[in-house]
Amino acid sequence: MQVNDNNFEPVIVAFCCNWCSYAGADLSGTNRLNYPTNVKIIRVPCSCRVNPMFILRAFQRGADGVIICGCHPGDCHYTSGNYYARRRITLLYSMLDFLGIERDRTRLEWVSAAEGAKFAATMESFTEQVKALGPNRRLEDLRCRKQ
Amino acid sequence: MQEAMINRAKELMADGTVSRVIGWKRGEFAYDITPAVFETAEEIDSDFVCDDFTAANVSKYLIKESRKEGRILAFLKPCDTYSFNQLIKEHRIIRENVYVIGIPGGPKLDAEKLKARGITGILGVRNEKGTLHIDTVYGEETMPMFEAILGKCENCKSTKHVVYDELMGEEGEVIADSGRFDRVAELENMTAQQRFEFWREQLSKCIRCNACRNVCPACSCENCVFDNPDSGISNKAAADSFEENNFHIIRAFHVAGRCTDCGECSRVCPQNIPLHLLNRKFIKDINELYGEYQAGEDTTSRAPLTNYNADEDCEPSIVHERGAE
Repeated sequence: MQVNDNNFEPVIVAFCCNWCSYAGADLSGTNRLNYPTNVKIIRVPCSCRVNPMFILRAFQRGADGVIICGCHPGDCHYTSGNYYARRRITLLYSMLDFLGIERDRTRLEWVSAAEGAKFAATMESFTEQVKALGPNRRLEDLRCRKQ
Repeated sequence: MQEAMINRAKELMADGTVSRVIGWKRGEFAYDITPAVFETAEEIDSDFVCDDFTAANVSKYLIKESRKEGRILAFLKPCDTYSFNQLIKEHRIIRENVYVIGIPGGPKLDAEKLKARGITGILGVRNEKGTLHIDTVYGEETMPMFEAILGKCENCKSTKHVVYDELMGEEGEVIADSGRFDRVAELENMTAQQRFEFWREQLSKCIRCNACRNVCPACSCENCVFDNPDSGISNKAAADSFEENNFHIIRAFHVAGRCTDCGECSRVCPQNIPLHLLNRKFIKDINELYGEYQAGEDTTSRAPLTNYNADEDCEPSIVHERGAE
């Protein structure tokens, strides 16, 4: 199948912390704010729960971009989870960049439960960013590609 | 040096300080050297070897060996002592059961580099003032020493022993200007497309023999994520480029902050993939973002990935601001 870049719709996987960003997504919904339907939310108990393999697995199974949303530094429900996540995710993103995977396919954003508007705006801009890159070809698994 | 080591090992065995010795023995060929445990003085006399090819790091074997009965004597090169220290820090080695003798390190030689010059039938090598005299079945050959240095010794980070019970030879020091991150920096300055092509070319050679994982002193989990048959990435041979990327990213990530940069991964790779570059990328990032850190240097400090600085740690978006696009 020939991919036509003009109507390419990316698949975005968003790992959202149960205690903040997930509620933030909910708030943006109850506020009737629009954000792209490309975004598939996976609820995690803490941004620190995101194993680097989850991110790679998302790319393997067809994601074109992965975004992690957690509580603002200092606000972690478990006191320090997002601090550990911050270091880990920084190193992982840096490694993906080192391997030549487009750096704009990955992002981390701190979104609180009160920031419904920020959640919608973040997803809007990230989807646009990934759309501009086109389909993920460098970190995909051909066996998982939809025919 | 080999004579002195053999004599000291036999002494320590005779006076009951240790009951076994871990060192190296010769395989089929002179350059084919493998770690081995010796239990008697006779075995040591006939088989013990320590020469320019004894590059293997024996630290990892001490996880099991230190749990057996009696003490074991280990000869550790400077780089091996870092791995040993790191394993003590992680409570993997029982320190009391190991008697460590620090021995001078390399540079060790790479037999592949001799063979690449067409030198075959190698019987033995003598190193005289930077020139190698190689005794072969076809006569003697010579070559400059620096052209035969093993990859992992090229950018030696330290000739200092960070842990030992006894030292043979002179103590060295940490080498600050080893230039070990130069190649990583070179890659960082390429474009994403070039980096992608470089790593595709390298990683596509991977045959998933798992030698890099098995030899790594930092990789000591008994249940490995790559052995999970349900993981979808445990195939013997990679069925897709994703599996290669996934394996090498995760392998390096799982030892990030704990890798002492001993270089064993690249030494054992049958496909000559420069795996140490992935580890060094993590070390370089950690040094630049979270402060200088050398795994294995001590047994008390917290590793960078089990630590954080609430106020000063950078955001992951820093990746977008560094290096070439």
